[in-house]
Amino acid sequence: MGQHLVGNHIRKLRFNHDEMTQQQLADKAGVTRQTIVALEKGNYSPSLELAFRIARAFGLSLEEVFFYGEE
Amino acid sequence: MTYQEKKSIVSILSTILITAGYWAYMYPQRPGGGLESAETFRYWGSFVLVLTVISIAAHIVISIAFNIVYRISTGEKEPGFADELDKIIELKSHRNSFLVFILGFMAAMASLVIGQPSQLMFVILIAAGFAADVTGSASKLYHYRRGV
Repeated sequence: MGQHLVGNHIRKLRFNHDEMTQQQLADKAGVTRQTIVALEKGNYSPSLELAFRIARAFGLSLEEVFFYGEE
Repeated sequence: MTYQEKKSIVSILSTILITAGYWAYMYPQRPGGGLESAETFRYWGSFVLVLTVISIAAHIVISIAFNIVYRISTGEKEPGFADELDKIIELKSHRNSFLVFILGFMAAMASLVIGQPSQLMFVILIAAGFAADVTGSASKLYHYRRGV
């Protein structure tokens, strides 16, 4: 598929938040586990709204969870 | 493999089984005699209508059975809603499915233009419907595995 320029630290952040499971994060963000899997693999760039919901689930700002381009 | 990926595979397999089973049962019963007789048109009309009804009913039953097996085998409950990724993938799979059906429809009309029997037109239309259904499920599987 196309190159996704929006990257994220979701996997690392889950680990740092008491090894939160993908399902737990999905429940907090209001999406399915499949979507968290796709985000972690870099197969999907979330909508702005979902990005905010995921950042809020970790109690962090958007930039601490997502980045644009290479990092 | 996630729920959506497994469901897409089950959908492809069930479409193949339903269509092949129905075809194997009904095709030998096609009327003989004149290719353009009223009986022939009635046969193909009922073929398509009954296949549509059976296909919908079978997909519902298979989907319920799959959910039960999924819950028992994984201990997880199936997602009860479609999120933004599901909706994007649904749209893409519908687009691909529609494209395949339209190509089949055009081929069916072309068969009439070049003077082929109407029976061939019905066969192409049914094949296009089958291919469109499989393409939709295969597109879902592809996008769930490879992203959008």
